[in-house]
Amino acid sequence: MNTLTRNVECEHTEHGPARGLSRWFFTTNHKDIGTLYLWFSFLMFLTGGCMALMIRAELFQPGLQLIQPDFFNQMTTMHGLIMVFGAVMPAFVGLANWMLPLMVGAPDMALPRMNNWSFWILPFAFAMMISTLFMEGGGPNFGWTFYAPLSTTYAPPSVTFFIFAVHMMGISSIMGAINVIATILNMRAPGMTMMKLPLFVWTWLITAFLLIAVMPVLAGVVTMMLMDIHFGTSFFNAAGGGDPVLFQHIFWFFGHPEVYIMILPAFGIVSEIIPTFARKRLFGYASMVYATASIAFLSFIVWAHHMFTVGLPLMGEIFFMFATMLIAVPTGVKVFNWIATMFRGSMTFETPMLFSLAFVVLFTIGGFSGLMLAIAPADFQYHDTYFVVAHFHYVLVPGAVFAIMAGVYYWLPKWTGNYYNETLGKWHFWCSFIGVNLTFFPMHFIGLAGMPRRIPDYALQFADFNMVASIGAFIFGFSQLIFLVLVIKTIRGGDRAPAQVWDQPQGLEWTVPSPAPYHTFAEPPEVK
Amino acid sequence: MSQSAYYVPAQSRWPIYASVALFLMAYGAAHLINGLADQGGGLGLSLLLAGTFCMAMILIGWFGNVISESRGGLYNAQMDRSFRWGMSWFIFSEIMFFAAFFGALFYVRTLAVPWLGGEGEKGVSQLLWPGFEAQWPLLTTPDMKQFPGSDGVINPWHLPLLNTAILVTSSFTLTFAHHALKLDNRPRTILWLGTTILLGVVFLLFQLSEYVEAYQELGLTLNSGIYGATFFMLTGFHGLHVTLGTLMLIIIWLRVLSGHFSPKHHFGFEATAWYWHFVDVVWIGLFIFVYVF
Ligand code: HEM
Ligand SMILES: [Cu+2]
Repeated sequence: MNTLTRNVECEHTEHGPARGLSRWFFTTNHKDIGTLYLWFSFLMFLTGGCMALMIRAELFQPGLQLIQPDFFNQMTTMHGLIMVFGAVMPAFVGLANWMLPLMVGAPDMALPRMNNWSFWILPFAFAMMISTLFMEGGGPNFGWTFYAPLSTTYAPPSVTFFIFAVHMMGISSIMGAINVIATILNMRAPGMTMMKLPLFVWTWLITAFLLIAVMPVLAGVVTMMLMDIHFGTSFFNAAGGGDPVLFQHIFWFFGHPEVYIMILPAFGIVSEIIPTFARKRLFGYASMVYATASIAFLSFIVWAHHMFTVGLPLMGEIFFMFATMLIAVPTGVKVFNWIATMFRGSMTFETPMLFSLAFVVLFTIGGFSGLMLAIAPADFQYHDTYFVVAHFHYVLVPGAVFAIMAGVYYWLPKWTGNYYNETLGKWHFWCSFIGVNLTFFPMHFIGLAGMPRRIPDYALQFADFNMVASIGAFIFGFSQLIFLVLVIKTIRGGDRAPAQVWDQPQGLEWTVPSPAPYHTFAEPPEVK
Repeated sequence: MSQSAYYVPAQSRWPIYASVALFLMAYGAAHLINGLADQGGGLGLSLLLAGTFCMAMILIGWFGNVISESRGGLYNAQMDRSFRWGMSWFIFSEIMFFAAFFGALFYVRTLAVPWLGGEGEKGVSQLLWPGFEAQWPLLTTPDMKQFPGSDGVINPWHLPLLNTAILVTSSFTLTFAHHALKLDNRPRTILWLGTTILLGVVFLLFQLSEYVEAYQELGLTLNSGIYGATFFMLTGFHGLHVTLGTLMLIIIWLRVLSGHFSPKHHFGFEATAWYWHFVDVVWIGLFIFVYVF
């Protein structure tokens, strides 16, 4: 072993990638697995995107034109499930796989075989979930939040397959998260103390903790559904002493931390990129770490802000309202730090930076609308309207998805050894930016005006804004093809990137050559 | 082999095989369950069995690899720590799984059932089920036609108390086995580990007879309403975990028999012991909150 681990630069070939397809099926290499996750996530992004476009096409005009209401409901359900569990989460795991070992100076993830298993469960799980669309009675049509009794008493038979698919996704996520935690806690190079960890690593550490804490709760709630549907229990049936609201409590105990699972790694990515392109150190590193930890803690005690209108006791409404508002404090700390990092920096605006800047601005808009929703009496008005749809799409699309894009642009030269085409990247950014805002900004207004969500038809007064939103959605959707072309072109060639890629970026990942060799840090680097 | 290098395994076929097996199991189970109502689950059953069989073979092969790598001295101290972190966080995820069911139990007991009984002036049950009275254990449900309630509940001071004693004792006998292993006293390790396994099996048999009593004499079933639902799901998942734990102990016992462990290196043993203690602690929670109160 020793002889072939001497130096990353004179890598031995006997440990290079295997030839052919078997490389991807049997690999234990964190870079291969990261690549698999990222491509899978992109495929799911396009699949879920097509469903969104079907929704938006139907909503282009009032009235029913293209699809039946029940199919419309299946589309909203599948779109949400695929984007959350198939696109955003796997993309972050893919980035973690690629970058965490490089950032902490580890030879690979802590448990490489389990790492492969975490990935390969996913295609099967999603094949099973998507296949429900073709089953008798149609696919799940009860929304991505699958509230009982819609998802129990009134569910199509395919719900059983949905339940098992969710179980598989949960197994995959938990194993992935265990791997991340073990890697960060145990595989750091000597001298890489906790408070020297790059923020992407920190945010992933906390995300992994959240995943391990709440994915089992999701498994629990779908198991209760299964038992209610097929084995006569009455968890969510008041006739037997249970309570449909119990479903919502358990679901959102999972669900709220879940939305932070989808944003904390995004915070990490942006905190890597902004200092590089502002050419300044990150402002307030320690406060970033503590803010992330506080957000994670708070995310466990705010879940009922999704349930203000179900008839909670008054004390409950008040507690969850104030606890939710508290989250704005650490979130504000983060936004402040990003802006302070840029203050008087020598900024340049390459594509990763553009996406990061858009992230900061647009995510903040989503945070503010969240704050509006957190006001319990006001939420009685907003709940289940398009205002909520606008809120969570602002935090998830120009939030999580833009951060993922930013991360891909930022590290693509490290992965492929080539620079991407900056002109194409800018085109991709501006089309996405315009598309996203056209799609989701009008939703604030139609929501406030009272248009309910998850409805295939609407009253005439909402027509104009809906048309704008649909046009925006198609712009956003098709501009992702620019991204696809760009990535393929970059893999095939382009200007050669040096090890540092950008102007003096910080972090161990920039000390290995570009493209990063198949095996890196077989001997741990010294971190001073 | 240098002790300093972290062992990164080369390619492995096990994970993707395991994914296929898991898929067969999940698809088969869903198919089987959907077919239960109209007796049409034959295909599902075969898929489920095939998947389970494959999964068992794969796990044997996969763990076999790990064991031979470990015995071949490929793992350094850092690898050992990875396994420890891995197992600890896995147990944490299991704790959260049980927490969901305990949470459901506490919620229905302290909020949902009293509300149904009219507390908090929500008026729901007054309209839907006039005359329904909140009580715990809930023997009479709001709708006795759909959820027929039960005649009684298991007396905690008979079998459950005995079972508590058995599981607590088994945690001690397992610790004795661990001490013996550390002293390199193989016969005593085998003896105490064997005792632990026996206690686990006896626990499971008692639990089974308790279920028979619940179903046949008390009319307490999954369908009895929320008491039966929480009772059987909590004790049932616990029972499944004891079953898994017992299987793990048997494997460890066989490995002790073939001399796999040294006083210094026996993480397989320790991981199983952690798991067993975890199952024990969950039982104490069950005994207190499901049986006694
Ligand atoms: C300052 C931070 C935030 C606050 C105060 C906040 C508050 C809220 C509230 C009160 C709701 C419920 C609205 C309703 O249904 O009536 C909500 C919904 C939602 N939020 Fe946020 N939020 C914040 C940040 C985020 C972030 C960062 C994400 C994800 C990345 C997110 C994702 C969602 C989603 C997906 C929903 C809708 C779930 C559904 O009903 O389908 N939120 N938010
Ligand atoms: Cu929330």
